[in-house]
Amino acid sequence: MSLKLEEIKKLIKEAMPDAEVAIQDLAGDENHYSATIKSKIFTGKSKIDQHKLVYKALKGKMGIELHALALNTMEIK
Amino acid sequence: MNENTNIKIKNIIDKNEVCLFMKGTPEVPQCGFSLAVSNVLKHLEVKFNGINVLDDPEIREGIKIYSDWPTIPQLYIKGEFIGGCDIIKEMFEKKELQAKLTEKKIPFKN
Repeated sequence: MSLKLEEIKKLIKEAMPDAEVAIQDLAGDENHYSATIKSKIFTGKSKIDQHKLVYKALKGKMGIELHALALNTMEIK
Repeated sequence: MNENTNIKIKNIIDKNEVCLFMKGTPEVPQCGFSLAVSNVLKHLEVKFNGINVLDDPEIREGIKIYSDWPTIPQLYIKGEFIGGCDIIKEMFEKKELQAKLTEKKIPFKN
């Protein structure tokens, strides 16, 4: 169970090309990350739907290959 | 997910006004994220039921499908899925969780 930081970034950028993505490997174990993502795609959506979009971008890896990804999503207006 | 698991999960959510699907129990959480949400609820003195998904592999996998949400913990208030750890913490900080509890008529201490 691990996923490289660059891989996470790539998957997110593929699903939301305008996104500004900042990821931190919290424990240095490629398994506990924190991500701040800004995108127009989040505009007008609930937090639940915003996070679901990110999980969808990760194509089912969340909770399987990736144990923990703290999310902070923000709208770009 | 089989139908029995679906019914089991629905029953839990229907029977508990505030229920937290978590790893471990409110007394002994087994994961930092479950601990964090549990602490927020305790801080607000909300009466809640902690469902330890580690006790039941069917619920552990089933709840992810039920909520269309890939991670645990998951908080439900009166049948509504509120979110996971990041969302609950953010809602608490912005007082949105308190507003939600008020809206749902759940007693808490501000």
